[in-house]
Amino acid sequence: MDRADLPEKNMDFDEESKQRTGKKKKGKGKKSTKVIKSEETIVKKDETEPASMDAAPEMAFPPTFSVSEIKNKQRRHVMFMKYKQEKRKVRLEIRKKRKKEREALGDKAPPKEVPKTIENQRVYDETTVDPGDEEVAFDEGTDEFSAYFNRLTNPKVLITTSDRPKTRTIMFCNQLATVIPDAHVYYRRGLALKRIIPQCVSRGFTYLMVINEDRKVPNGMVLCHLPDGPTAHFKISNVRLRKEMKRRGKEPTAHSPEVILNNFTTRLGHSIGRLFAALYPHDPHFVGRQVATFHNQRDFIFFRFHRYIFKNEKRVGIQELGPRFTLKLRSLQKGSFDSKFGEYEWVHKRHEMDSCRRKFHL
Amino acid sequence: MVSNSLDCSIWVGSETGILKGISLKKKQAFNFCEMSCLSRDQEVCALGWGDPQESEVLVGCANGVVKTFSTEKGIFTETRECGDHTQGKFTGLAVTDSALVTCVESGLLKVWKEGSTDTVEMNAGGGVCRMRQNKSQRSRVATGGKENPLKVWDLERPDKPIFIAKNVAQDWLDLRVPIWVRDIAFIPDSDKIVTCTGHHQVRVYDPSSPQRRPVLEAKFGEYPLTALALPASGGSVVVGNTQGQLAILDLRKGLVRGCLKNLAGGVRGLECHPTLPLVASCGLDRFLRVHNLEDHKLQHKVYLKSRLNCVLLSSSCLELSGEDLSGDVEEVKQEGDAEEDEVWDAMETVTDKTKKRANEEPEAVVTEAESKKKRKMAKK
Repeated sequence: MDRADLPEKNMDFDEESKQRTGKKKKGKGKKSTKVIKSEETIVKKDETEPASMDAAPEMAFPPTFSVSEIKNKQRRHVMFMKYKQEKRKVRLEIRKKRKKEREALGDKAPPKEVPKTIENQRVYDETTVDPGDEEVAFDEGTDEFSAYFNRLTNPKVLITTSDRPKTRTIMFCNQLATVIPDAHVYYRRGLALKRIIPQCVSRGFTYLMVINEDRKVPNGMVLCHLPDGPTAHFKISNVRLRKEMKRRGKEPTAHSPEVILNNFTTRLGHSIGRLFAALYPHDPHFVGRQVATFHNQRDFIFFRFHRYIFKNEKRVGIQELGPRFTLKLRSLQKGSFDSKFGEYEWVHKRHEMDSCRRKFHL
Repeated sequence: MVSNSLDCSIWVGSETGILKGISLKKKQAFNFCEMSCLSRDQEVCALGWGDPQESEVLVGCANGVVKTFSTEKGIFTETRECGDHTQGKFTGLAVTDSALVTCVESGLLKVWKEGSTDTVEMNAGGGVCRMRQNKSQRSRVATGGKENPLKVWDLERPDKPIFIAKNVAQDWLDLRVPIWVRDIAFIPDSDKIVTCTGHHQVRVYDPSSPQRRPVLEAKFGEYPLTALALPASGGSVVVGNTQGQLAILDLRKGLVRGCLKNLAGGVRGLECHPTLPLVASCGLDRFLRVHNLEDHKLQHKVYLKSRLNCVLLSSSCLELSGEDLSGDVEEVKQEGDAEEDEVWDAMETVTDKTKKRANEEPEAVVTEAESKKKRKMAKK
């Protein structure tokens, strides 16, 4: 390669990359910018890397060399593989060294660093509920679920679907009915939800659950607490029916399960947690050894249904009974289902709210 | 407690019956209520200033009690029974000279004279959603609600409303358009009234003109508009809906001038600062937000733990920085006025006006002549 050419080429490359990024930004909008950033970082790494590689005589490139400017594809590929191998070697060496150091230090070794995740880097949410807060306690104590939590009502759930459900949705509803005690599956019969609700109230149902489907796949859930709300609207994804699961147990029994609610910390999260908790009867039958879990992670709510067994004093075995699915909250509406005139307590607005990856709402 | 209440510049009423004061200067919020005797019956439905000096806040509770809160003393000084559960919640509170005006959902509009027990009652019709007072003519109030058109009342003549709006013409399918007034405001320095409806329309009425139908209708979004406020600058209106979308609409053509972002839940209360370009909003998402109307940016966001129903801004400046700014602005304005006056004084010697008139008159003659010609042509 001509060394005299290099600076100019570099300039060209820079300009090109800028142009490319500019075009991409126009083309795709927000999401693509992140991709571009990572590209840029790679380029930067390329530029900084040769400083460490200068030690190897055959890899002596000028300090601002980057692999991507080699025009021959095969050579570029070879060089890139070499560069990657080198990098990996260095990393492994550093790891080995660190491990040796740790062993040498023994007990005095510094504690291992916790990896950074977007969850432990979470932006502080000012609505996080403090358990000693009188006002929030009063607000929760007198809300729509207070009748259930004061043990005045027992849950009774009606499960229905959107019109003309297909096999998968029907099976999903039937399996949901085995997971929630005192649940009744009804065929929708083309009825409007607003007309179903008064009938449900008069028959003593405390929940109306509607599974919506798109292209034969269940994709939405409306969970309406009766008689006077609130109504939550969820997106359903990753539905695994019982027959699709590996190593599943036998059919669940009619015992009412225990409920685990994980990570519902904010005020909104508390409301959603209470919504799920009120689906299940007050006193779980511990004989049944069944657990329903609603686990919130990064605003996705994972539902799992297990049976556990105490093998001995230390070990516990669990067996998944299914079904499993993931929920994501779309909106929480005050009052029973009324999508046109209802007042929304919280609406997920993608472009306004999802601007920060470390901000969670539940 | 006393100093706290003096500092507060924003007052918010919550669904749990707590009156909250927020001091943006100290960046603190205070609850003015005994935490031991909370109950949902005391839900704050309406807030208003008790006197023009803004030393008293009137709090209308859902159980029909109007409490007076003294900002100087920091305590509730007076409670009055102004109705009961059966007639619904308060939809508005207003104060005229020596009288308190209340309105409830059933449409009972009452004037409580101070010192005497007898009241003047008016029936505004059922389903009232909001009652608002004209700030410049304090004896005028407007009511409106579900299937209850906008009515303007003169409290001195309680037999009949001064103005009843007429429903708009039937739609393109020849069906009746439903009425649902959710919020009302009087446009200052004119007779006009703005309303927002549950069917996402914003309408401007002009009682001074013979037309009883709206003179302007604009639409915003697809969800019911719940609250509205008029900024100090005039010419526009801020509206909020049940999904937490806030927009500034222009009152000349009814176009959207801009949106205020960052809300998560439905808007229940909106109020603009009487002098500064600020708007405070509160609602079901339990946050109080203060937006700037000029750059549409969020300035303050306060978490207040309960669902909020109504908000009240004091006319004093919200914070220190704002105070300084506004002070500067006012001074500048005064100087400017003085300079302008001088300019005009100097210009008096020139006789522009007469020339203009002289110019105008012949034109008018010409036009008349032309029109005569046209008429003649038409006759021919």
